[in-house]
Amino acid sequence: MNPNYLDFEQPIAEMQAKIEELRLVGNDSKINISDEVGKLEEKSRKLTEQIFRDLTPWQVTQLSRHPQRPYTLDYLEEIFTDFEELHGDRLFADDAALVGGVARLDERPVMVIGHQKGRTVKDKVRRNFGMPRPEGYRKAQRLMEMAERFRMPILTFIDTPGAYPGIDAEERGQSEAIARNLAVMSRLKTPIISTVIGEGGSGGALAIGVCDELQMLQYSTYSVISPEGCASILWKSADKASDAAQAMGITAVRLKELGFVDTLIEEPLGGAHRQREATAQRIRTALNDSLDRLTAMDTEALLERRYSRLMSYGAPQ
Amino acid sequence: MSWLDKIVPSMGRTQRADRRNNIPDGLWHKCPKCEAVLYRPELERNSHVCPKCDHHLRLNARKRLAWFLDEDGRDEVLTDLEPVDRLKFRDSKKYKDRLAAAQKGTGENDALIAMKGTLKQLPVVTVAFEFNFMGGSMGSVVGEKFARAATIALEEQRPLICFAASGGARMQEALFSLMQMAKTSAALERLRMAGIPYISVLTDPVFGGVSASLAMLGDLNVAEPNALIGFAGPRVIEQTVREKLPEGFQRSEFLLEHGTVDMIVHRSEMRDRLHNVLSIMTHQPMTALDDEPVEPVETDRADGDVSTPS
Repeated sequence: MNPNYLDFEQPIAEMQAKIEELRLVGNDSKINISDEVGKLEEKSRKLTEQIFRDLTPWQVTQLSRHPQRPYTLDYLEEIFTDFEELHGDRLFADDAALVGGVARLDERPVMVIGHQKGRTVKDKVRRNFGMPRPEGYRKAQRLMEMAERFRMPILTFIDTPGAYPGIDAEERGQSEAIARNLAVMSRLKTPIISTVIGEGGSGGALAIGVCDELQMLQYSTYSVISPEGCASILWKSADKASDAAQAMGITAVRLKELGFVDTLIEEPLGGAHRQREATAQRIRTALNDSLDRLTAMDTEALLERRYSRLMSYGAPQ
Repeated sequence: MSWLDKIVPSMGRTQRADRRNNIPDGLWHKCPKCEAVLYRPELERNSHVCPKCDHHLRLNARKRLAWFLDEDGRDEVLTDLEPVDRLKFRDSKKYKDRLAAAQKGTGENDALIAMKGTLKQLPVVTVAFEFNFMGGSMGSVVGEKFARAATIALEEQRPLICFAASGGARMQEALFSLMQMAKTSAALERLRMAGIPYISVLTDPVFGGVSASLAMLGDLNVAEPNALIGFAGPRVIEQTVREKLPEGFQRSEFLLEHGTVDMIVHRSEMRDRLHNVLSIMTHQPMTALDDEPVEPVETDRADGDVSTPS
C-alpha cells in the first residue's frame, strides 16, 4: 500500500504506479510511449474524479488528517508576506502546537494565528500533534488583544484533533484558557475570520474560532467530538467512527447546508495536498473578499453582528 | 469467608446495592462514598450531605434551586424552550427517543432550569444543570436558556449564579452543541463588561464543553467539596498519557491548589457565603446580625476550609 494515498485512493495509487513504470520504460527504449502515458493519465484523472465525487464523511475525515495536507505554516508561506512569528504566553511557556504572529496579506497588516502539526516524527512530538496546552490558548489571547490594539484583523487557521488532554494541561487550567478565549473573542473590536484547513476538533478548535466569517476547505471537518470518540461513547465501539461521522454531519459541505459556514473553499482534484499552491491561492482570494466585506462595516455594527450571530446558534426558529 | 460470600459473589452484591441506590423514592439511601445507609428524610434535612462522612451527594436541579433561593418569591423563568432534533440523529437509539426518556425520567424539558428569586433578600438570577437529563449535557436549549438568563441578569442588574453539573457537550446535537460554548461565553462577557457579578458554582461533576465555557468564567469560581472537575475526563487522560493519575486529581481541592477556583464551600455554608461576597461586590449596606451573639473572628481560617460547622 502506498502511504501517500489513503485506503480508498489505492486504485489511483496503482494507476499512478503504472504510469511511472511506463515512463521509466519509455526513457530506456526508443519506442514512443507518450501517447500511452497521456491516455493513462487521462484515465487516472477520471478515476480520481469518480472516487472524489461521492466521498463519505469518514473519507473526508481521513482526508482532513492526510499526512501530506498543508498546515498553517505552509499556508503562511504561500499566502502572506513579512511574517514574524511571536512566541509565548508571558505566563508559563511557548506552545509550538499553536503558532501566531504579524504578517501582511497583500498590503494589509494582519495577525495570523493557527494550530500547527508536525511533519516528521520529531516535529510531530514537538508540536504535540497539533494539540495545544493552556499556554497555547493564552498566547493566542495575548496576540488577539494585541491585534485589537493595533487595528489588525485576526485571521485564524484551524487544524487540531482537539485541546491536549494531559495532566499538565489540566493543572494549568485547560478549560479556563479555552473559555476565556471564547469570551474575549466575542467582543474584540477587530474583524475575525476563521478558516478550517483540516481537523476542527471540538473546543480546542473553537478556542480560536469565534469569528465574523467562517471559511472551510472542502475536505475539512468541524465537530463537537472526534468520530472515534463519539462512536466509542454512543455506539460503544470506535469501529463505528464512520457511522458517527455521518450522523454528526461534520464535513464542510454538510455544515454549509446547516448554515454554519460562510464560504466553502473548493479544493483541487484529489485534495489540498495534491496542489498546495492552487489551494493557497483560493484561500487568499476568499480571505481578501471576506476582509473587504468586514472592514467596510463600522466597529459597532461588526460587534453587534458577531453577537447576534453567536446568539443565533441553535436558537428556536 | 462466610457461607454467604461463597454463595453470592461479591461483584453481584455490589451491583445489587448500586441498583438499590438508584431507586429514587426509597426510604433508605446508601452514601456512595462511605456506604453508610442513610435515612432519607434525615438526608433531605441535611441538604443531601452525608451526616457520617460529609460527602456531598448530587442534588437535582429543582431541589438545588429550592434549597438555595429564599422560599418567598421564587419564580421559574424561560420554561417554554423545547429541544429539537435538528440532525435526525440516531446512534444505537434515536435522539428523539433519548430525549423522551430523559424528559419522562426527570420531569424536565431539558438539562437546565432557570429561576429568578432572592438570596437572603438579595435579588438574583439562578440556573442549575439537571445531571440526570442526559448527563447534564449542553445542547441548544441549555445554551439558549443560559444566554437568556444572563440577559435577564443584565437587564435587571441582578447577579447571576450558575450551579453546573455536566458531562459536557451533547453529541447528538453535534456542532449546534459546540457553538453553545461560544454563545454562553459571549453572553457572560456582556455581563462582565457591565459589571454584574457572575458566580459559577461547580458541583460534581463538570467536564468538557461546559467546563471549557460558562463554568470557568465566573468572577468567582466556587466548588463544592470533592467534586470532580476538569476539561478531559480521567479515562481519556489516562489513555493519552499512559500514566497513573495523581491522587485527588481533578477534585475540588486539586483545583483550589492549582488556582482554578476561588474557594471550596460546604453546602451548609453556601447560601451565607455567596450572599456575603455578593453583598460586598454589589455594595450592599452591612446587614445587622439578627440576634446572633458576636463571636470572635477565626483568623486561621483559609478560604478553602471545608470543615463542617458543628
